[in-house]
Amino acid sequence: MKVAVVVFPGSNCDRDALHAVELAGADGELVWHETTDLHGADAVILPGGFAHGDYLRAGAIARFSPIMAAVRAHAQRGGLLLGICNGFQVLTEAGLLPGVLRRNATLRFEHRWVRLAVARPDTPFTSRIPAGVTLRMPIAHGEGNYWLPDDQLDELEAAGRVVFRYAGPEGNPNGSARDIAGVIDATGRVCGLMPHPERASEALLGSDDGMLLMRSLVESVATAPARVEVAA
Amino acid sequence: MAGYRFSVSIMPREGILDPAGKAVEAALPELHADNVHEVRVGRRVELTVESESADSARATVDSLAADFLANPLIERWEISAL
Repeated sequence: MKVAVVVFPGSNCDRDALHAVELAGADGELVWHETTDLHGADAVILPGGFAHGDYLRAGAIARFSPIMAAVRAHAQRGGLLLGICNGFQVLTEAGLLPGVLRRNATLRFEHRWVRLAVARPDTPFTSRIPAGVTLRMPIAHGEGNYWLPDDQLDELEAAGRVVFRYAGPEGNPNGSARDIAGVIDATGRVCGLMPHPERASEALLGSDDGMLLMRSLVESVATAPARVEVAA
Repeated sequence: MAGYRFSVSIMPREGILDPAGKAVEAALPELHADNVHEVRVGRRVELTVESESADSARATVDSLAADFLANPLIERWEISAL
């Protein structure tokens, strides 16, 4: 069971993500963005950071990195793909997830602990999270304000594709539409979220709630569950 | 082949929150510019396209703007020949 963590120029959470997947029991491998294959990885993480300096828009240039053809093919084969923070922004720019991460409504770079409610406990990314548990994780982003036109938000919610929402008491830190913190694609195999599970991977860091997500990912690959049912 | 130079001006769409514009506007009272409102901040890209004709160069910029330079969900853009 191997998880590839893609390293873009400007990624800065790649080693943290690698550490977290190894803690979760997987073999991790850092894969430089100029390589064109994923070295046989079973799952892929696009980590946080500032890929290609976030020039133009966050994630806009990373979409053209050579590795992204392999990442896209991996997702098309039904491989698990997780984008964390900047990785989520890359996935939206690449069209692998819907929506856009706008600048925070607060006008600030927000870096603090938030709480997440799990709207879909039955995905490969959430299967190990006990029912009713809210997750404590840090955020650190300037552009995390999720947005889609209202009619598309309605469709997204109706299809059960909102996986994580910001919850109280801290609440919504960035103005995200409908408190959305993370979504999945139509296959349920591609997930993006703004908070950092890898930064909440050991109690020493203030929380190990992120490991529930990482263990879900690793164990979902190991047990190859049936596809998540989502409405079209 | 000739080089055709263009500018692409990219702005947040109306109704889309523009935190940069808000931040600039919030600083204006310090400059006693209380009569200035509705500040919006965008960006401008200038580029040269090597092409057979002005029309095909323009078509290249049209497609670049829609696919890459702007995010059509939240931004609009104007292309000008320089």
